Amino acid sequence: MTAAIAAPAARAPLISWALTQATARRVLAQLRHDPRTVVMMLAVPSVLMILLRYVLNDPVALNRFAPEYIGVFPFVIMFIVAAITTQRERARGTLERLMAMPLGKLDLLAGYAIAFGLVACAQVTVVLIISLTWLGVTVPGSAVPMAVVAVLDAILGMALGLFASAFARTEFQAVQFMPAFVLPQALLCGLVVPRDQMTPVLSWLSNVLPLSYAIDAMQRISTSGSWTAAIAADVAVILAFTAAALVGGALTLRRRTR
Amino acid sequence: MATAEPVAQARDLVVRRGGHTILDHLTFGIARGQVTGLLGPSGCGKTTLMRTLVGVQRITAGEVSLLGRPAGHPGLRARVGYATQDAAVYPDLTLNENLRYFGTVLGLRKRRLAEAIAKTVRDLDLTSVQGRVVGTFSGGQLARVGLAVALLGRPDLLVLDEPTVGLDPVLRHDLWTMFHRLADAGVTLLVSSHVMDEAARCDFLLFMRDGRFLAEATPREILASTGASDLEGAFLRLAAHPHAPGALQEEGRP
Repeated sequence: MTAAIAAPAARAPLISWALTQATARRVLAQLRHDPRTVVMMLAVPSVLMILLRYVLNDPVALNRFAPEYIGVFPFVIMFIVAAITTQRERARGTLERLMAMPLGKLDLLAGYAIAFGLVACAQVTVVLIISLTWLGVTVPGSAVPMAVVAVLDAILGMALGLFASAFARTEFQAVQFMPAFVLPQALLCGLVVPRDQMTPVLSWLSNVLPLSYAIDAMQRISTSGSWTAAIAADVAVILAFTAAALVGGALTLRRRTR
Repeated sequence: MATAEPVAQARDLVVRRGGHTILDHLTFGIARGQVTGLLGPSGCGKTTLMRTLVGVQRITAGEVSLLGRPAGHPGLRARVGYATQDAAVYPDLTLNENLRYFGTVLGLRKRRLAEAIAKTVRDLDLTSVQGRVVGTFSGGQLARVGLAVALLGRPDLLVLDEPTVGLDPVLRHDLWTMFHRLADAGVTLLVSSHVMDEAARCDFLLFMRDGRFLAEATPREILASTGASDLEGAFLRLAAHPHAPGALQEEGRP
């Protein structure tokens, strides 16, 4: 029995590709067993866009606002899904089991990022196809930069959700983090009132919140139609927030608890 | 068979949580190749002691080491198997998917992973439900799923928290037979239970109450020193007179 001990040596690397991949596969397998969730993740942003089209009922206004919402909807959905999923790992004891096993914290978080990143790609593809064909939203130039930024926004939402869930003791709290973390950002990101028309305090708050940059980038893409330095700067901020949230998530994962 | 060097050791282990002392200056050793039983009522600190050994519980004071390393050392994570009271697996995955994931995390790959899964499900009589989603399992099947994950990596030390709760007597008997077969092969097992009729099946016993040990001895020694006719009676006598001469306390703890 003892002859077949699995690699007893201490694991030095900070992140293992094999374990990251295994985690991503496991998360996707969980989604596969829950088709209703998959359908909702893929369909809800598109349904909301269709609703927006009829609420505005004006092609010019739709063209103006649609890209911003294409950035926001996947962000919000990914935030909730990620926050609940990690909260569940804690509640079911699987997180404690994994922390007692040779799994790196970054393996776990990167695995989640990859799995949800793939879902985000599918989600954004669906919402963009529907918006650009059926709803008649137009983008100057290629739709690819918009797709890329929308996916990055969704991944940012996921990373923030993973991080936020560290502060939730119960699933109820995790759900409440959606209005607590996300709605203030939605109010301050320029969606309701342009950022340059806010009072100094609000505008400062807006400047330190990640969603503002996600919306800025979508806005710039919808007007310029090509990749500009300003968009690149926004994307850099989005990526920095994503990385910081993932590292923060790793730091708040505790192998030992009280 | 037991050898002199204990697989796990604790000295003056204290765990306090929210002002309560959960583990109160525990000093003990767990011998290699034996089934050590951790017996006591619910809430006496069994689970906290087990969590401390596998390195997921913060320690207030004292020392705990396993296989020559401090508890929680990264090098121990693949060598210690841990099964909690609830299965702690993904209920939305099939048993096979669960085992593949946890096996990969334990460092098993390809053929070795497939062989380890096949052997583990055979040992636990779960072969027929391998492809089923764990959320649909019965209580008895679920109890064995956690055990399956703990056994998967063929660990040197198995820490099993109430592994036989709610199982039918036949299965319980089979599991105890398996525990002893593993011990004969050199694996060290620490098995907790609050059912006293399981105590007699252990090679060595730790009787626990209110975060302290009432006795640390073999079942035979405990019966002899207390004069009780069975281990349940012995526990009652020890609980009533924890400091009586019959109480098997090694050191003069308060």
